[in-house]
Amino acid sequence: MSFVLVQVIAGGLLLGAVYALFSSGLTLVWGMMNIVNFAHGDFVMLGMYVAYVVYTLMGGGPILGAPLATLVLATVGIVVYFGLIRDIMKGPMLAQILGTFGLALLLRYSVFWWFGANFLSMPPDIVGGTFAFAGLRIEASRLLAGVVALLVTLGLHLLLTRTSLGSKMLAVAEDATAAQLMGIRPDTMQAIAWAIAAGATGLAGALIANFFYIVPTVGETLGIVAFVTVSLGGFGSVPGALVAGLLIGVIESLSGYLIGAVYKDIIVYVLFLFFLWFRPQGLMGKM
Amino acid sequence: MNLKHVTGLLCAAAMSLALVPSAQAQDKVVKIGVIMPMSGGTASIGAHAKAAIEVAMDIINNAHPELGSLPLAKNAGLAGLGGAKVEAVFADNQGNPATGQNQALRLITEEKVAAVFGSYQSGVTLTSSAIAEKYGIPFLNSESVAANLTERGFKWFFRTTPIATDFAKIYVDFLADMKAQGAKTDAIALVHDNTEYGTSVANTISTAFKDKGQPVALDVAYPVNATDVQGQVLQLKDKKPDVIIMISYTSDAILFAKTMQSLDYKPPILLADDAGYSDPSFIKAVGKISQGVFNRSSWSVGPSGSPSAIIAEMYKKKSGEEMDDTVGRQMQGFFVLADAIDRAGSTDPAKIQAALKATDLKPEQLMMGYKGVKFDEKGQNVLASGLIIQLQDGENYVAVWPKGSAEKAPMLPYKGW
Repeated sequence: MSFVLVQVIAGGLLLGAVYALFSSGLTLVWGMMNIVNFAHGDFVMLGMYVAYVVYTLMGGGPILGAPLATLVLATVGIVVYFGLIRDIMKGPMLAQILGTFGLALLLRYSVFWWFGANFLSMPPDIVGGTFAFAGLRIEASRLLAGVVALLVTLGLHLLLTRTSLGSKMLAVAEDATAAQLMGIRPDTMQAIAWAIAAGATGLAGALIANFFYIVPTVGETLGIVAFVTVSLGGFGSVPGALVAGLLIGVIESLSGYLIGAVYKDIIVYVLFLFFLWFRPQGLMGKM
Repeated sequence: MNLKHVTGLLCAAAMSLALVPSAQAQDKVVKIGVIMPMSGGTASIGAHAKAAIEVAMDIINNAHPELGSLPLAKNAGLAGLGGAKVEAVFADNQGNPATGQNQALRLITEEKVAAVFGSYQSGVTLTSSAIAEKYGIPFLNSESVAANLTERGFKWFFRTTPIATDFAKIYVDFLADMKAQGAKTDAIALVHDNTEYGTSVANTISTAFKDKGQPVALDVAYPVNATDVQGQVLQLKDKKPDVIIMISYTSDAILFAKTMQSLDYKPPILLADDAGYSDPSFIKAVGKISQGVFNRSSWSVGPSGSPSAIIAEMYKKKSGEEMDDTVGRQMQGFFVLADAIDRAGSTDPAKIQAALKATDLKPEQLMMGYKGVKFDEKGQNVLASGLIIQLQDGENYVAVWPKGSAEKAPMLPYKGW
C-alpha cells in the first residue's frame, strides 16, 4: 500500500468522524421523534458563527467557543421546540417539512443580514497547526473534532442506554401516551432531547469552524451529508451514525483520490442505495 | 414594488439631494434589470456587485466632472434622453441557471426593463440571456468568461469582458516568459469545478496549451461547493506538476488553500483564473496562506486622483471592500450599456441594440485596462484585454505581467504561508 494511500485513509477517517459529529444531533430528533429537521445544517452554521464571534470578540479558541456554541444552540433547540416543533408535530408530515425548512431559511437569512455574505475563516493555527509524524500529516483541528466526535457518540449512547433520563426519552419516543401514564412528561423529555441534539450540533459547528470556511449558506453544503449519514447509520442509532460517518468519509476520500472527485458522490450514493436495498433500516437501526 | 425596488429608489432619492436635478430628469427613468447571485454559495459576489452598480448609477445619474473623459460622468442623467435617470432593478439568481432564467423573464415581462445586465456565473448567463434573446431585449454581460456564450449566434447578447480564450492566451504567453526566465513550466495541472464556468474554461485553457505543443499533464475536476478536497490535493502532491491553474469559485478556493497548507503542499507556480481568487473575502480568509498566487485581472487602481482611483474610493465607501477585478468589470459593463442607451436616445430595444453595435470606446474613456470596447458580430468585445497580477504579500494584488504594465517583478516560486 502506497504511503499516500495511508494519508488518504487517515484523512477520510477524520472527515468521517466530523460527518458523524454533525449527524448525531439529527439522528436523535429524526430517529426518536420522527421529525425531519431540515434546519439541521443551519444549526451547524449557527454553531460556526458562535465560535467565530467568540474568537473575534474575546480572542478565544475552541476551549471557550465550543462550550458556548453548545450552550447557545441548546437554548435555540429548546426555543425551537416550544415555539415550533411542539405544534407542527401534531400536524401532517408536510407541516413538519415546511416548518423546519422555513426555520432553516429564517436562520440562514438572519445570519446573512447580520454578518453579510462574505466568507469568514478562523486563523489556521487556532488549535495548534498540523502534526507531522512519519510523513503523515494530521491537522490538530480535525483531530480535535474527530476525538470529540467519538466522545459525543459515546456520551449520547451511554445517556440513552444507561441513564433513567435516557430511558424516559426512549419511552416517550416509543409511545408518548403510555409514557405519560407512567408519570413521564413528554413535553419536558422532548424539549431535553432537542436541547441535547441542538447542543451537539452547535458543538460540531464550533469544531468544524476551525478548519472550514464560514458562510451563511454553509448549512446547505453540510446538511445533505448529515441526512445520508443518518439514513445509512440507522434512524435513532447514535453508534450507527458514527460507523456510517466513518464509512462515508473513507469511501469519499478513496474514490476522490483514486477515481476522481467528480465521481465520488456517485460512488457514495450508489453504495448507499445498494446497501439500503438489502438493509432498509440502516447499519444499526431497528426495523 | 419589492424591497430591492424600494432600495433603488431610496438611493436615487438620496443622490438627488446632493444636486439640483433638472425638471425633466424627475419624470423619466430608464430601468435596467440586473441579475446577480444575491443568495446561495456566491452571495458575497452578488452583494459586491450590487454596491458596484449603485456606485455606477451614482456616477451616471449625478454630475461627476472629476471623472474626466468617462462617458456619462460629466452631466446628471442620460443627456440623450433628456437627463433621464438610470435605475437598476436587482434580481436574485441564487447561483442557479433555472432561477436566472425565471428572473430574466420576470424583469422583461413584468418590470419592463429596457435591457438586462448579468448574471455572473457563466451557467446562469447562458440561460438568462436566452430569454432576452427570445424577447428581443439587449443583454449585456460583463463578467462571464465561458467562450461558448458568444458562439450561439445571438443578436441581442453583448459581452465586454475578456473571455476564456483571451486569458488562455495570456497564460500561455506568461508561462512561456517565466520559462525563459528560468522557471520550470513543463507539466501543467488544471484544477476546476464541474460547473459551466469550470469545465468550459478548463477546456479552453487545455486547448490553448495543446496548440502550443504542450498538452496539460493533469486534469483534476471536483464537484462545486466541495466538503473536502484532500484527495485532490494529494493527487497533485503525488504528481508534482510545475504549474497549477485553479478555476474555482470562492468556497472551493478557500478550501483548497486551507487543505494545501495542512497537507504542506506548494506547487512551484500557482496561477488562478480569477473568480474565487478575486473575491476580497478569499484574501481576508486565506490571503496570508496564499502568498504568491498569480491571478488574471483587467483592473488596476492607477495613480491617486485618476478616475479609476476615485471610483475605487467611491466603491470602498459604499461597500467597505477594496475594489477588485470582478466588480470593476461589472461597473465597466454597466457604463457601456448606459452609454449605448444614452446614444440610442430611446428605450426602444432595437435602437439600443444598434447603439451597442456601434459602440467604439477608447481606453481613456474606460475605467478598466481594456484596449477599448468594440463588439464583433457575435457581440464579443474584441478590444478586451488583461494582465497577470500576484498576491505577493497576502493582502493586495499587484500587476506583475506583461512588463509594460507591471508594478513589480513576478515573485517565484509560490510562497504560500
